[in-house]
Amino acid sequence: MIISIASGKGGTGKTTIATNLAFSLARKGHNLQLLDCDVEEPNAHIFIKPEVEIREPVFFNVPQIDEEKCTYCGECAKICAYNALFVTKGKVMLFPQLCHSCGGCSYFCPQNAISEIGHEIGEIQAGSAYGIEFAYGKLNIGEIVAPPLIKKLKKRIDENKVVIIDAPPGTSCPVIEAVKGSDFCLLVTEPTPFGLNDLKLAVEMLKVLKVPFAILINRWNEEYFEIDSYCKKENIPIIMRIPLERKIAEIYSEGNLFSKELPEWQDKFCKLFNSIEGLRK
Amino acid sequence: MIQEVTVLSGKGGTGKTSLVASFAALAENKVMVDCDVDAADLHLILKPEVKETNDFYGLNEYLINKDICIECGKCEELCRFDAIDNFQIDGLYCEGCGICFLACPVSAIETKERVCGQWFISKTEYGPLVHAKLGIAQENSGKLVAEVRKAAKKMAQKKGIPLVITDGSPGIGCPVIASLSGTNLVLIVTEPTVSGAHDLERILDLCAHFKIKSLVCINKFDLNLKKTREIKELCKERSVEVVGKINYDSIFTEALIKGVPVVEFSDGETSRRIKSLWGNLYNKLSS
Repeated sequence: MIISIASGKGGTGKTTIATNLAFSLARKGHNLQLLDCDVEEPNAHIFIKPEVEIREPVFFNVPQIDEEKCTYCGECAKICAYNALFVTKGKVMLFPQLCHSCGGCSYFCPQNAISEIGHEIGEIQAGSAYGIEFAYGKLNIGEIVAPPLIKKLKKRIDENKVVIIDAPPGTSCPVIEAVKGSDFCLLVTEPTPFGLNDLKLAVEMLKVLKVPFAILINRWNEEYFEIDSYCKKENIPIIMRIPLERKIAEIYSEGNLFSKELPEWQDKFCKLFNSIEGLRK
Repeated sequence: MIQEVTVLSGKGGTGKTSLVASFAALAENKVMVDCDVDAADLHLILKPEVKETNDFYGLNEYLINKDICIECGKCEELCRFDAIDNFQIDGLYCEGCGICFLACPVSAIETKERVCGQWFISKTEYGPLVHAKLGIAQENSGKLVAEVRKAAKKMAQKKGIPLVITDGSPGIGCPVIASLSGTNLVLIVTEPTVSGAHDLERILDLCAHFKIKSLVCINKFDLNLKKTREIKELCKERSVEVVGKINYDSIFTEALIKGVPVVEFSDGETSRRIKSLWGNLYNKLSS
């Protein structure tokens, strides 16, 4: 089963939930895989502290122009929807960061002057800890296109395991790439107007993706009930609440798992998993 | 000359938008911009009155006309995004490259412009705000960010406003790069946690990559004093100045629930610290 952990907004505690859920389930003997798909700012490894066994650079095909054959006709730049190519008299300029690797330029070049060459966009690191099979992607600084790296990371999914995906924030390309194909998505939110606003966006996104979902309220403070009203109105189950506690924030600040230091939480996370399994049926 | 200060955080949830809202209350004569087009939140505090709405067009949409299609399979063979199956294009997978459209031997593929979101020019109690809303599951947030910033600069120019304050987007990818290119100064909001320090390094690398001057503010500094010292050390090593430290305070949440900037909600220690942060930042900008 693939469970993704998402939220419209960053900083709601996605990584905290993903890592503590993975840890608690692994402790109870589940066969577990955790993939950190927030390749722009991966953080799960800080908490899981895996022994990195594999480092794999990820390449992305970009055009390579054979200047001997090129006539500078400009056809490639004309068809490129992403403005990754620019042709002037006697020169073809390529902006590899803008390329989506659609292959159009090489396919349509009238002179057959374009081939493709790998451009490194980041790397995948994989290893294990606490019996969790763990992998994450790290986008190189200055690269803008995260989805190909996420796609490559998701190739590691082992459907025979419980797979937990820590998704990036937002509602556009990277998070869609991460959540696509999940059996269930847990949306993490916090009880503030920001939390509610971004939760609504994330709910819309999941409806488009047709992935079943439920809500977890993090930093619950018993002061702001708008999220409860919204969920009730929309018929969305709230399946867990984690209180706003300085102790939890302090454990987090040290880069540690709170379910490890406060073991009573392990049962709560296992219950969360049971609720997810129940809702999936 | 117009000065632009962009507030970034690497990671979301560090308090970036709350601080920007306070800056909006403290700064005089400025245009505000919300570049977090994926999950814009600044409007929840600044309560804009929309004056102008503009459509944002992303990449084209493609559709196969069943009446013309001869089911040759050329489009499916060429599509690298696995968006075409059984002579149908799945919009969720389509990246808008248009190769299918160009390659179809019988011109059975139709294209149309796709509205991917909207951007607005609004009036607020604190001055003009330019903000946007990207459609759900739409791409090109970087392009929308660029458009919003361009509109803000144009307005500042026209009205002779000297300052643009930009609330950036999280991460280090497409929308962030579009948020910071060409800005005068970046303020990075971080927090004293292991992951905060990790994200700070990534965003400092990014600013260095684009050669943009950056300053740091540590929010919730008293949550972990050891980590705060480590972050200060890290900044010193990289010759980046720490221009403010804000304490861990529940008034951030309380002000947010009330929908007002922190500096207008209370005049306690936290507000004093935010005011001093803005003072430092403003001095750096004008020096």
